[in-house]
Parts: sequence; C-alpha cells; structure tokens
Amino acid sequence: MARTGAAAAGASGIFGLPASRRRDRRWALVAAYFALGVFVVFFLFPPYYMLVTSFKTNEEIAALDTNPWIIEKGVTTEHYTGLLTDSAFPTYFLNTIIVTLCVVSITMVVSVLAAYGLSRLRFWGAGVLATGVFLTYLVPDTLLFVPLFKIVGALGLLDTYWALVLVYPTITVPFCTWIMIGYFSSIPRELDEAALIDGANHIQMLLKVFLPVALPGLIAATIFAFTVSWASFIYPLAYIYSDDQMVLTVGTVTTLIKGDVFHWGGLMAGALMAAAPPVIVYAFLMDYYIAGLTSGATKG
Amino acid sequence: MAAPAIDVSAPALPRPAAGGLKRLLRRKSTVGVLMVAPLLAVILGLVAYPGVYAMFLSMLNKTETAFVGLRNFEFLLRRDTFQDVVFQSVMFALVAVVGKALIGFIAAHAVNAIPTRGQRKWRGMMLVPWVIPPALSTLGWWWLFEPTYSSLNWLLDKAGLTQIAWLSEIFWARFSVILVNIWVGAPFFLIMYLAALKSIPEELYEAASIDGASAWQKMIHVTLPMMRNIIAITVLFSIIVTLANFDIVRVLTQGNPLGKTHLFATYAMRYGLESGNIPLGAAVSLFMFPVLAILAFVILRNVRRRAMEL
Repeated sequence: MARTGAAAAGASGIFGLPASRRRDRRWALVAAYFALGVFVVFFLFPPYYMLVTSFKTNEEIAALDTNPWIIEKGVTTEHYTGLLTDSAFPTYFLNTIIVTLCVVSITMVVSVLAAYGLSRLRFWGAGVLATGVFLTYLVPDTLLFVPLFKIVGALGLLDTYWALVLVYPTITVPFCTWIMIGYFSSIPRELDEAALIDGANHIQMLLKVFLPVALPGLIAATIFAFTVSWASFIYPLAYIYSDDQMVLTVGTVTTLIKGDVFHWGGLMAGALMAAAPPVIVYAFLMDYYIAGLTSGATKG
Repeated sequence: MAAPAIDVSAPALPRPAAGGLKRLLRRKSTVGVLMVAPLLAVILGLVAYPGVYAMFLSMLNKTETAFVGLRNFEFLLRRDTFQDVVFQSVMFALVAVVGKALIGFIAAHAVNAIPTRGQRKWRGMMLVPWVIPPALSTLGWWWLFEPTYSSLNWLLDKAGLTQIAWLSEIFWARFSVILVNIWVGAPFFLIMYLAALKSIPEELYEAASIDGASAWQKMIHVTLPMMRNIIAITVLFSIIVTLANFDIVRVLTQGNPLGKTHLFATYAMRYGLESGNIPLGAAVSLFMFPVLAILAFVILRNVRRRAMEL
C-alpha cells in the first residue's frame, strides 16, 4: 500500500499523470478482459461441445428436447471404451505413432546436419541453398500431392504408411532446417574456435557444443515435426485406403463416419483422443515452440 | 618504423598458414556438402522434381498416353464449376486472412494490456484451436452445424432468431468454411503479433507519452510502424496457407452445395485423384503456383536479410 502510494506520488511528480488518464487505463484493462473473455468463449466452445457430446449417451444425443450444451441424462464412457476395444482405432493410433516417430527422427537428423553445414561450413552456394530451404517451406502439400501420388505409386508404397514417412519430410525438413539455422547462427563463433583449438571435429562440435546450446530450437523444431506428422490429412487421405495402414486423422474422419447412422458420440470421442497427444505436448512445451516460431520473424 | 617490420614478416608468415587454411577450407566445404546432402535430396527429390513432374503431368490427357499441351488448363478455365473454384478460393483466402489478422491483432493487444502474470494463461487458452489437428476440430464444427441437431441453431432458437441452414445454403456454407478457417488460424496471428508487440521498446511509448500522444496516436505512430514488418510477413504467409487449404472444406462441406465451396485443393482431389484424372488434378493444383510464386518473391525480399547473415 505504502509502496504503490509512493510510486504513484513519484510518477505524478514527474509526469503529472492526471486522474483521467488513470481512469482511462482502468477502462482499458476492463476492455481487455472483456475482449479476452469473448475470444476465449469463441475459441473454446467447439472443443467443449465435442467433450460434452463424447460423454453423452446415444439416447441423449438423439433426443431433440434436451439442452445440447450440457449433459442432462447421465455421463457415459461407452464411446471411449467402444473405440478402444471394438474398433480399428487402436491400430490407427499405433500407425500414427510409428509414422510420427520415423518422421521426427528423419527430420531432425536431416535438418540439424544441414543447418550446421549451412550456418558454419561456408561452401559454394550455401546462401542460395538457405534461400531455397525457405522457398521449399512455402510450397504447400496441396500443390504436391498429385505428382507425389504417382511417385509413391511408382515406388510401390501406395496404401502403406511408409508412403507418409517418405512424403511428410517435404513439409517438416525445410521449416526445421530454417529454425535450426536461426539458432545455430546466433551461437558466437568464439565458441567454435575454442572447441576447434581443443581438437574437436565437426561432429563432436555439433553434438557437444551446438545441440546443447541450441536446445530450445531443437525442441521447437521437434514439436513442429511432431505436429505436422500427427495432423497431416491430405496425404493419408490420398495414399492410404486399408484399415491396417490408416492413421488417426483420416481414420477418424472417414472410417468412423461410414455406415448409415452417424455415431456422433464415438466420432467426438475419437477426435478428442486423436487430438490429445499434441494438446498435451503443447501444454508442457508451448513456450519453447512459440519462441522458436517467433524468433525467426521478429529477428528479421 | 613499425610498418616496414610488418611488411617484411608478413609474406613469411601467411605462407604455411595459407596452405593450412586452404586445406581447412577444402575440408570444411567437403564436410559441409556431405552434411547438406540429405537436405538436398529431400528438396530436389521430393519437392523440386515433383513440382516439375506436376507441370509435365498437367499436359497429358486423362489416360496419360498423349501430350495435349495446355488443353487441360483451357478446359478448366472454360468450366463454370472451375470458375467458381477460382472465385471461391480467392475470396476464401482474402476474407479469412483479414478475419484472422483482425482477431489476432485485437487479441494480442488484449493479452498485452493485462498484467504479465496472467498473460500466459489467457494466451494458452486461446491457442487451443491451433493445437488440435484441423481435420479433427472441423469434425466438431461439422457436428455444431449438423442440420437436425445443430446446437448453434438451438442457441439461435433460444435467442428468438431464425435457424440457419449452415452447410446447405451457398452463402452460409461459404460463411461456415471461412468461420472455421478463422477459428483455426487466428491464434497463429495472436502469437506472432504478441511477440512483435513485446519486442517494441517501452521507451518509445514513454517518449510518446511525454509528447502528449493519445492512445490512438501511439497506435498509429508507434505500434503499427514497429509491427509493419511482422504484419506483412504473417499476412503474406497466411494467404499461401489459406489459399492452399484442404482439411476444413473437405471435412465440412466436401465442396457442396453445388461445388460452391470447393477450393483448388479439394477440387483437385475430387476431380483429379478420386476421378482417376491425374493430369487434370495436377493442372488444378498448379493454378495455385503463380500466386504462390508472387507471394514467395515478396516474402523473400523481407526474409533475405537473414539468409544474407550466413
């Protein structure tokens, strides 16, 4: 109390902050909270509704006289247990995990090596290639899925999830390389020189100096690769047809919808379970990811 | 006095050093090329080659047995349904990007205006749509719009308004896909704009206050100029991603009603791949290319500086 009073007195002593200005500031705060409240409702009501639906009984979902936004007739977990015990859903989950692990590993090896090469080992064309990496990142998957369909077919990978392991790096590698270049470039060159004088070779330097220092960037890039592999939709939709090769996004959207009746409870439960891993990862590592994402843009 | 001494010793010293340096350079560049090789394989083999291959494919007939030049493009441009696709894709991208940018801008300012301690929590809640895979969250929206059970219509009904045929009337179907796209994409703008806001030095605002600037003047003369670069990059980048959107339209409307919500990507999937006409599909998706090339060129001018730093 005394401290804030003194601070306020000091401030008005220097700047003469008038009472009207302070009132403006309080109104600005109220307006900010009001806007945040509106936005949070807008952003969260669809997942909320999915959650509510996934715990409703089929009878309540089909009933037209109840309030759809709350559970009135008892909570059930039958949609979740049904998916996990009596559907291809666990297979989709496992396939997604395999594909994601492969893609993340490939992506990180390729982009860390390339980023080190591009940011430290000057060679002819390094600058052009760095620009090329960025341009590649701007090429959307929806532009490439038709020719890649032919290529995947020619390689005999159609209708296997290895097709996804092959094509996802087209999205993940350019961006992860770009992030890593940014982090590696910010490492002072004196650090390399010190390591080189100590007799380290490039691989040792990369593993023992660069990766530990650029760990936040490494985490950001890994999360990006994970998210892309987990969420990709057009490639599995175009290249995979069999249930035993299917991944979560397409499996949930297409296979669970087949049949005459929409099982809305099961659909919502499936969508939420499929979305859970990325949501959990973000809940813990959001700050790293945002730092990695924004550093490039705000630095430039 | 000192200068001649250096002149004398200088040629003697660098000679062995130059040889070593040359070797080092050669070694460094060899290692560098090896390290970059996998990246090069991905870019050339899985992006550049398919890109060129798409152009080749787009000039074949349906059975891929004869070269037909630009006839696929000509055929597409003459079709009313494809003219709709061009119109809808452009409108979808422009309206959705403006919507996302506005919401992101306002939300970023709102987050930045509250005490720092609470910012992380509010930001985290608003990022949820961006974290859920879009194909899956769109499934939730589809259920919200479902004609018989639509809970949005239930709300409209309770509020005494007329119900809306969200996905079966052309206007509302277009509105719905744009709304969902804004919902998914606005948090990205929020993140970028919030980072930009936080990078503006506080002194600028203090100086403006001393000069008696109003909140509005601070916005026009401090905030917007400082954010100009990031607004430009984010908007340009989002136009690409939005124009190339697939997931939302595919799950929500499948291009219906009457093909009026099709975008390039969903149209290419439907009338290319799924109809067994791969050259036509390649041609459809290549229509995105000129727009992407122009945007990429503009973005690159902004980003170049960073590549130059290497």
